[in-house]
Amino acid sequence: MKKSVFFGAMTVAALAAGAAAAGTLDDVKARGKLNCGVTTGLVGFAAPDANGEWQGFDVGVCRAVAAAVLGDPSAVEFVPTTGKTRFTALASGEIDMLARNTTWTFSRDVDLKFEFVGVNYYDGQGFMVPKALGVSSAKELDGATVCIQTGTTTELNLADYFRTNNISYEPVPIETNAEAQPLYLEGACDVYTTDASGLAATRAAFENPGDHVVLPEIISKEPLGPLVRHGDSEWGDVVRWSLNALIAAEELGVTSANIGEMSMAAGDNPEINRLLGTEGTLGEMLGLSADWAKNAIMAGGNYGEIFEKNIGENTPIGLGRGLNAQWTDGGLLYVPPFR
Amino acid sequence: MSDTNTTPVAFVRDAMLPEQAAPITAAGPLAWIKKNLFDGWFNSILTIVAIYFIYLIVSGAFPWFYNGVWTTDSLAECREILQGKTGGCFSVLTERWPQLLFGFKYPSEEYWRPTIAFFALFVAVAPVLFNKLPRKLLIVTAIFPFAAFWLIWGGSILVPIMVAVGLIVGYVVFTRLVYQSSAMGMIGGLVATVAVWMLSGYITDPLSGFLALEPVPSRDMGGFMLNFILGVTCVSLSLPLGILLALGRQSDMLIIKWICVVFIEFIRGVPLITLLFVANVVLGYFLPPGTNFDLILRVIIMITMFSAAYIAEVVRGGLAALPKGQAEAAGSLGLDYAQSMRLIILPQALKISIPGIVNVAVGLFKDTVLVSVISMFDLVGMIRGPILASTEWNGVYWELWLAAVLFFFPICYGISQYSQWLERQLATGHR
Amino acid sequence: MTTLSDPPKGGFRLSMLINDTRYRSYTFQFIALIALIAAFGYLGSNLVANLKAAGLNISYRFLGEPAGYDINQRLIEYTSQSTHLRAAMVGALNTLLVAVVACFFATIIGVIVGVLRLSKNWLVNKLMGVYVEIFRNVPVLIWILIIMAVFVAVLPQPREFRGDDATASMVLGSFAFTGRGFYFPKPVFGPGSMIVVLTFIASLVGIWGYRRYAKQQLFDHGRMVSTLWPSIGLFFVPTILMFFIMGQPITLDYPALKGFNFQGGIYARNSFIALTFALSIYTAAFIAENVRAGILAISTGQTEAAASLGLRPGRIMNLVILPQALRVIIPPLISQYLNITKNSSLAIAVGYMDITGTLGGITLNQTGRAIETVLLLMAFYLIISLSISAVMNVYNNSVKLKER
Repeated sequence: MKKSVFFGAMTVAALAAGAAAAGTLDDVKARGKLNCGVTTGLVGFAAPDANGEWQGFDVGVCRAVAAAVLGDPSAVEFVPTTGKTRFTALASGEIDMLARNTTWTFSRDVDLKFEFVGVNYYDGQGFMVPKALGVSSAKELDGATVCIQTGTTTELNLADYFRTNNISYEPVPIETNAEAQPLYLEGACDVYTTDASGLAATRAAFENPGDHVVLPEIISKEPLGPLVRHGDSEWGDVVRWSLNALIAAEELGVTSANIGEMSMAAGDNPEINRLLGTEGTLGEMLGLSADWAKNAIMAGGNYGEIFEKNIGENTPIGLGRGLNAQWTDGGLLYVPPFR
Repeated sequence: MSDTNTTPVAFVRDAMLPEQAAPITAAGPLAWIKKNLFDGWFNSILTIVAIYFIYLIVSGAFPWFYNGVWTTDSLAECREILQGKTGGCFSVLTERWPQLLFGFKYPSEEYWRPTIAFFALFVAVAPVLFNKLPRKLLIVTAIFPFAAFWLIWGGSILVPIMVAVGLIVGYVVFTRLVYQSSAMGMIGGLVATVAVWMLSGYITDPLSGFLALEPVPSRDMGGFMLNFILGVTCVSLSLPLGILLALGRQSDMLIIKWICVVFIEFIRGVPLITLLFVANVVLGYFLPPGTNFDLILRVIIMITMFSAAYIAEVVRGGLAALPKGQAEAAGSLGLDYAQSMRLIILPQALKISIPGIVNVAVGLFKDTVLVSVISMFDLVGMIRGPILASTEWNGVYWELWLAAVLFFFPICYGISQYSQWLERQLATGHR
Repeated sequence: MTTLSDPPKGGFRLSMLINDTRYRSYTFQFIALIALIAAFGYLGSNLVANLKAAGLNISYRFLGEPAGYDINQRLIEYTSQSTHLRAAMVGALNTLLVAVVACFFATIIGVIVGVLRLSKNWLVNKLMGVYVEIFRNVPVLIWILIIMAVFVAVLPQPREFRGDDATASMVLGSFAFTGRGFYFPKPVFGPGSMIVVLTFIASLVGIWGYRRYAKQQLFDHGRMVSTLWPSIGLFFVPTILMFFIMGQPITLDYPALKGFNFQGGIYARNSFIALTFALSIYTAAFIAENVRAGILAISTGQTEAAASLGLRPGRIMNLVILPQALRVIIPPLISQYLNITKNSSLAIAVGYMDITGTLGGITLNQTGRAIETVLLLMAFYLIISLSISAVMNVYNNSVKLKER
């Protein structure tokens, strides 16, 4: 352990100020590890499994970026962040990118000086209630006690929604999803509200998921995506196009199964060739190796594969593609061309 | 009285009668019960209420323990086995035991390392706590921090060795120079230490594989181990800092005094959690651009400052309790400030303050669970986060919280009992 | 430490700055000052550099912007359109509320337990010892979480009060104890209630005056005037009379189950109760030890001397033991109050919206202004702590043993 931080701290008098802030890309390459901020635990999106391995949809994005930059999908240091700490962690350089189901909003983009590189999940805030309550619409929730996961845009949307519909409610702010569950299950809240994907993930973890319904109202737009610091466009490009490569791969029919074959030699489809580095110099332009996109896709498969593996219909979470289908299938996923 | 024996006596007892047993109401268990439990109507009511209370707890807890399930893989299976009976689902403890102890990231094949460090801690601490143990054991105490660092974090053994070498060199320089001037000794020792550390980089870097254990980054520490690391590290680091602060606060030098007063009162005036927020969300802005301190290191800095302020107040109490004559006597012997402090004042003042310091240490150890609020996975963080959020175990509260209580109670209780014992030991010296 | 030797004759040499005790302290202070300024300058320049690199600035303008979120427990008017500053004030009041209530209960429980620990009753004595040790030696955060979990899990939820075959029912038809919190009847002050309240205050003044008079009689003329029954009479009779004379202007608003929740009455939320309760019983364990130590600190000679003067046990306690024990008990008691206030910041663990939850929680999340909010947060706690310390100093000075 060369120059461990502990040793560094002991010799703090001798510790010169660190190297002048180079580009994040160079930092990551020099470090050999990508520091990726994720949630402290939301099943399906980012949660450690019983062996301590991080699993999930957001985790897949981190691994893809690590594979693109470093060629190794396991060269990721996952940094659990809460709603409170995530932005500081990113701003202070503790993490290189944040993939923590974070909603792309104006003020975060402009005022907090972050750069959202894309959207990896189109979400919206919804409500979950026990079936026994007999509620079929959010408009019937007058006077209800609502459990909210704080630190997101959730409490703002909620306040706006109830205000515009002129109904009263009793907010119960909860720090993490894990703590909201018992409150909701024991009946200390009538309603649990968070992003619809989060609701599905939470419901999937219940003993009797069938006893709970997600109400039809989606009260907000929640485009969730990875973000990086403002002002380092090169790094932003790397993360953006790593994500885009995953989505494009699905659109172009490149999967983890056939990618080995496809990347052997240039094929008929020039866009696939450019994506996989058998033609053109896209990787070089990004400052990466020619097979960056191939590595990214091999890390966990294309967008569709990551989706199906972590949150798709065959998982306990059971989310449909919905808005997150390719534009060719009527969804919103539409990546700029690779050329 | 000479003729008392002249008249014959009808009966003289020439042997003691055997003692009669006390009446049943004055001795034995019944009397004890009457005296201690049913002495007057008020006491009787209290006793009955207390017995009822104990009955409630026992009758509630017994079946829960008795029917407890220890071997399933999820709460659902527990419920299946219990079939609606009252019973604890303790299998969460057996299944997640390593996670509760070490967090979810520490490599499982390396668990023996922190375990050894944990038990070595007791050997290392014992000679400090108990004066009667052979003084030679203090060598273990001196080696322990470096050995523990090497065991827990891994890496080459050269790193802690070089740190130790630096300290030893610094101490040697200090002892050489201290006879000329205390200030010279301090500065010389410091410079020597830092110089050795800087030079050691040239040795440790190329030989990073020498006797190396698999390095474990501090981000991977978790569970009760994290509480323990934080507690032990911060208490030991804050002790010297706290003593310095206390001396500064007692000093005649106005500026130094006020720096110390402001620092101590500021830290004592804010809750630890705001300091942890500082470590978590603010400190990064105050460090040079590009440096990246571990969260655990930032937290150690903050908690150390926190407990140093409290220890400073305890030590100040100890200093204040010493008669002024001690300092004056030291001065009249021709000792300078540093000498009189080192040789006369501090040994006595610290002796008086030990119980108070131990209490601060217990409080600090308990406060380490607050790191769970800033997304670190200590014991409480593990329970609130990964374990309760997992599909298998959400809904298991009593068992986990009971375990958390059982983790903390014996240690804190033990330390506070020690502190009370020590207080009694010290008290005898003043009679 | 000053030396009294004559100062050496001769001019000033530079080496005297380090070797001469008269000047050395100036050297040290100068070095300390320079080091302090350098440290602050270093941190400040880092801050400026970092903020510049991130394109951020320090600004408290966000305090004037609408907060946008709702707070459940509001002691002052607040809506989601109020400003962040207002939200911080709501949080600050919630902090103070929980701190004051917890101090109150902690003192009561602590004193009772402390006295019971000295009880001759073996069982009670041991039971209290177990309570004190268990609560003192486990972190308060764990207790808060346990009590919240137990609270939510054990008490019935409003839905169990509903329907014909409800499994739970209200106590006396007016109190509801649910997992969401407790609902109490709320007094509603109608017209004319002011007079009733004034009467009540007047009778309290009357009780105080009467007791003073009784004491005067005792000290001046040695006459014992009964105080208990007249006090009780003064406490109830005038107020109740006035209440009926004014035509019962104060009524009670009972909570009733409507829709999802109980409506009406006073609602003490589960987070508030769990936090208050946990802080109370945790701190009470410490207070009990202080009380016990305080009583034990009074030597038995005092009791015996008082008894030999012919004082009855109750009066020994009131006139001899307690006034002296209080001198020992109150300083640690006040620092326990300080601890409660600081520990109340753990409210975020149960979602109670104190100032750490509003300003240091949601406002921080929403605005991302970490430095500004954390500084404000610290300033708030610092002001509270320093005020409490000031009170303690005033008290300590007033009870200091006057040595002559």
